[in-house]
Amino acid sequence: MRPFDTDTDIGHGEPAAGIGQAEPATGDRHQADTGAAREAPAAVRAALLVLCDGRFPAGGHAHSGGVEAAVKAGRVRDADDLAAFCRGRLHTTGLTAAGLAAAAALGHDPVALDAAADARTPSPALRATSRKLGRQLMRAARAAWPAPGLDALASAFPRGAHQPVVLGTAARAAGLGPEDAAHCAAYEAVGGAATAAVRLLSLDPFRATAVLARLAPEMDQVAARAAGLARRSIDDLPAASAPLLDIWAEQHAAWPVRLFAS
Amino acid sequence: MHIGHQHESPAAVGADVARPDGSRRALRIGLGGPVGSGKTATVAALCAALRDRLSIAVVTNDIYTREDAEFLLRNAVLPPERIQAVETGACPHTAIRDDISANLEAVEDLEDSVGPLDLILVESGGDNLTATFSKGLVDAQVFVIDVAGGDDIPRKGGPGVTTADLLVVNKTDLAPYVGSDLGRMARDAEEQRGELPVVFTSLRETDGIAPVADWVRAQLAAWTG
Repeated sequence: MRPFDTDTDIGHGEPAAGIGQAEPATGDRHQADTGAAREAPAAVRAALLVLCDGRFPAGGHAHSGGVEAAVKAGRVRDADDLAAFCRGRLHTTGLTAAGLAAAAALGHDPVALDAAADARTPSPALRATSRKLGRQLMRAARAAWPAPGLDALASAFPRGAHQPVVLGTAARAAGLGPEDAAHCAAYEAVGGAATAAVRLLSLDPFRATAVLARLAPEMDQVAARAAGLARRSIDDLPAASAPLLDIWAEQHAAWPVRLFAS
Repeated sequence: MHIGHQHESPAAVGADVARPDGSRRALRIGLGGPVGSGKTATVAALCAALRDRLSIAVVTNDIYTREDAEFLLRNAVLPPERIQAVETGACPHTAIRDDISANLEAVEDLEDSVGPLDLILVESGGDNLTATFSKGLVDAQVFVIDVAGGDDIPRKGGPGVTTADLLVVNKTDLAPYVGSDLGRMARDAEEQRGELPVVFTSLRETDGIAPVADWVRAQLAAWTG
């Protein structure tokens, strides 16, 4: 049985009309469906702040984004290392996640997007982490922005869809557009890592925040690129990866003693 | 599957008291308290005392190891499929209070895999005196302190001591050796807690868990009503 009442559109240019009738709460059918690359109206901008807030209860606090393994490997020791780590993460897995999130926000078939996320996540440990975080984000998103699209995705993946797919679907439910979803994914790609570094290294939190602020223009670029590619087709979504993060994730998952879940 | 059939989806909000089929879900009781006060020993003793009559599962929130879960497994208080460990990312209080999603996931998984359950015990990682459980995660909470941690802890109060549904003062057998005044602890606790109950336990004694087990049974009776 097909989980969604829409045409799948793998490999086709135009996004589906949206999963179900996930009308944004603001009423105005947002620009994602028409593919117009204009900014979200100011009326729904605050929803982006809610979704991207580090205190949004979606389980991210227990994950380091690979920083714990990088610290142990001696690759991240100070704020400069953290900046390099975050820059690498942003332009690899961050870009890939941003593309998936933007595509979900546009209304591409989330089942096909989930398969695309699987294909772009070679590490089994990171696949499991992504689904776990997707499931946790789903709970928070459904409480925050109840929508048929989120219900349908939760039903199709009761053990959790990939986190960026849930993120994009949540953004859509909140009335946000693909650029918003991509920005959120790009920020999450580095924000959690910086917080984890503060905890693991007793890093000066002001310097860690400055690292994120310096990366903001690059986050904008990554989000814009991801959203642009997401408007083409699922096959055109970015597939950048960081092999060292994949290898470390596998090693980290086997550690008997660790502070973070990933 | 069809869009909009919400009953096919997992519950959206953790505090929902009904299962998807409409029956009342398991009672969830949180156990928190400082490191080393005897939370895991209390959980183990509760499981041993209640498991014959009740279907029980446990979620542990180890801070950086799986030792609490492994302690429960090693002591075989429950079959392994009834014990699930949650990783808390260096912040045990966050996982039970501010962002309860991983704990709710564990609770749901246990209900799915070994349910229907009567009782789920959620044990926090050892934390400080401010740690409390979210009402979205548990229905009642127990705060476990011990006499060796200092007999001034009840006087100092704090959210755990003051607001927990049950305050357990554990290791009373050690009181003479560490110079703790149990009478003073009881008076201070009453001053902080008013009508809320306080029990003193020594888990080394036979059936030392009885006061806590009785309280849990009463909670369960009220829950299933």
